[in-house]
Amino acid sequence: MWLLKLAWKNLWRNRSRTLITLSAIFFAVILSATTNSLQDGVFDHFIRNMVSFYSGYIQVHKDGYWDQQVLDNGFERRASLEESITNHSGVISVAPRIESYALASAEDITKGCMVVGIDPKTENAITFLSDKIVQGTYFSDNEVQKVALLSEGLANRLNLNLNDTVILISQGYHGAMAAGKYRVSGIVHFGSPQLNDQLLYLPITVAQEFYSAENLLTSYVLSMNSDKNLKSTAQELQTTLGKEYEVMTWMEMLPEVEQHIKTDKGSMYIISGVLYLLIGFGIFGTFLMMMAERRFELGMLIAIGMKKHKIVMVLLVESVLYVLVGCLVGICISIPITWYLKVNPIRFGGDMAEIYLQYGFEPIFPASTDVWIFITQGIIVLVMGLALSLYPMMKVWRMDPVTAMKK
Amino acid sequence: MDTIIDAHHITKTYNPKTIPVVAVNDVHLHLERGEFTALVGPSGSGKTTLLNLIGGLDKPDTGNIIIHGTDITKLSANQLIDFRLRNIGFVFQAFNLIPVLSARENVELIMQLQGVSRNEINQRVQVLFRQIGMEDKINTRPSQLSGGQQQRVAVARALASRPQVVLADEPTANLDSKSAGNLLDIMAKLNQEENMTFIFSTHDQRVIERARRVITLVDGKIVTDTAQVDTSPAVHG
Repeated sequence: MWLLKLAWKNLWRNRSRTLITLSAIFFAVILSATTNSLQDGVFDHFIRNMVSFYSGYIQVHKDGYWDQQVLDNGFERRASLEESITNHSGVISVAPRIESYALASAEDITKGCMVVGIDPKTENAITFLSDKIVQGTYFSDNEVQKVALLSEGLANRLNLNLNDTVILISQGYHGAMAAGKYRVSGIVHFGSPQLNDQLLYLPITVAQEFYSAENLLTSYVLSMNSDKNLKSTAQELQTTLGKEYEVMTWMEMLPEVEQHIKTDKGSMYIISGVLYLLIGFGIFGTFLMMMAERRFELGMLIAIGMKKHKIVMVLLVESVLYVLVGCLVGICISIPITWYLKVNPIRFGGDMAEIYLQYGFEPIFPASTDVWIFITQGIIVLVMGLALSLYPMMKVWRMDPVTAMKK
Repeated sequence: MDTIIDAHHITKTYNPKTIPVVAVNDVHLHLERGEFTALVGPSGSGKTTLLNLIGGLDKPDTGNIIIHGTDITKLSANQLIDFRLRNIGFVFQAFNLIPVLSARENVELIMQLQGVSRNEINQRVQVLFRQIGMEDKINTRPSQLSGGQQQRVAVARALASRPQVVLADEPTANLDSKSAGNLLDIMAKLNQEENMTFIFSTHDQRVIERARRVITLVDGKIVTDTAQVDTSPAVHG
């Protein structure tokens, strides 16, 4: 107890130096926590946007479908299967799809397109498709009419407007001939040019009828609260569903997006590294000054009979107190700052905002208030402080009292 | 009589591989309990080195130092720290109190290191502060004490552990005449009351006059060792 008391008193022997060091740690924690919170928030936002475009967080297919995406690799829609996916913890909603390619024609223009048969209600819960409608209306919940939603680029290419007819020709399930004509009930806009030029949506029963694939699905698309437990959820689902199905995360389906995030995070790590380096020098400078100032005193303590391990303990407690107080105050201040940035995200303006909007992203920089960001930053700075405190400890360990007390 | 220090053939040489400086040269020393001894001699004569060797802060190149039956030259660095804690009290020229602790806490520290009980610490602290005449300054920080007062607290700290011997290196060097006189009175009183052995290294004639034995060192050797009677007027408080 008296060691703790001595350490606490030592902490305040030079108030200015202590306050400068605490401020350095405090600002470092605020900076690193806010930076990381913004980074995580932006990536979360980005991922949420990406998965809500089309892929969802997780997809379930028949095993082998992803490598060979044809109707013959589809699976039967079963209520029990759907239930076991829906009941899995972390899964918010599940949307069934049947997807294949077709030739779309209007007048004398023909273009290849991707036909996606959807359940209007569950699909909308995941991809917010109704929000992307720029003309016309979204499907009703149990739509059975022969209606289609065309992506804007595809409609333009085919010179189609609302209530025009689009003709689809394709190969159906097990090589059956597929042909049908559908009224354009709506036009949707996607930020991604790739999606905007080739997607055509049909109500799921209409699409199954078109492909002569009654009750057949090619995928279940799943949405989740966040992608924090994505991999473990996918693994658990895979175990539950067995080898007959393949469970894929968005990272496996969109590896280029994951790569982009990794690259961006890499540059952020470098910035964080520089920040930590600056903090490290600040803390180390304090320890250097402290040792120079207290060399005589520490020598005296050894001389009068204080064992070195006890002095080391006092210095360790001092270091922990320094870093802990700085970290705690820094975290306490970071929380309202990041919370404010989450509620009032930084918003782009001008051309930058236009580019973001064009790609279907809201032009904002939201912050994440994930508690682990603050805990992690606190732990990093704490470990750094403790690692640096090895310097004064080693000095004490090697200290000769006679040399230390020489003027 | 009870032998406290018995040192034989002590030699200490600094820089043995470059320019050797013999600080202590084949010294023999025998002190009984309760002695009040001054080590005198010109600068560089080896007084401080001899004190450091007796106090176990430094090791001699040759010879043995036996303090109250323990040959400290045979102890490891860690054992020496423990030995110092229980057997040696130090008073340094520059007071060396811990600035963040009060006078009381500075004195308590050594007993806490010894693992003395809180009750015993409180009793001992009261006695020591009464002996040094500073009961009213017991909770004062060193920075608010005069040099003389700080050195009295340093003496109390040295005595707190009930050591076999108190080593004081130029204890009056930084004190004015009145403070030095007061300090010497206190040390002489404690020497009598607690029957503790005191050894000072000093240039100060006032200290030399109060010592009952004066050992003179020149070039690391003892050249004179005389017993004397304390003739100076004591100011007993």
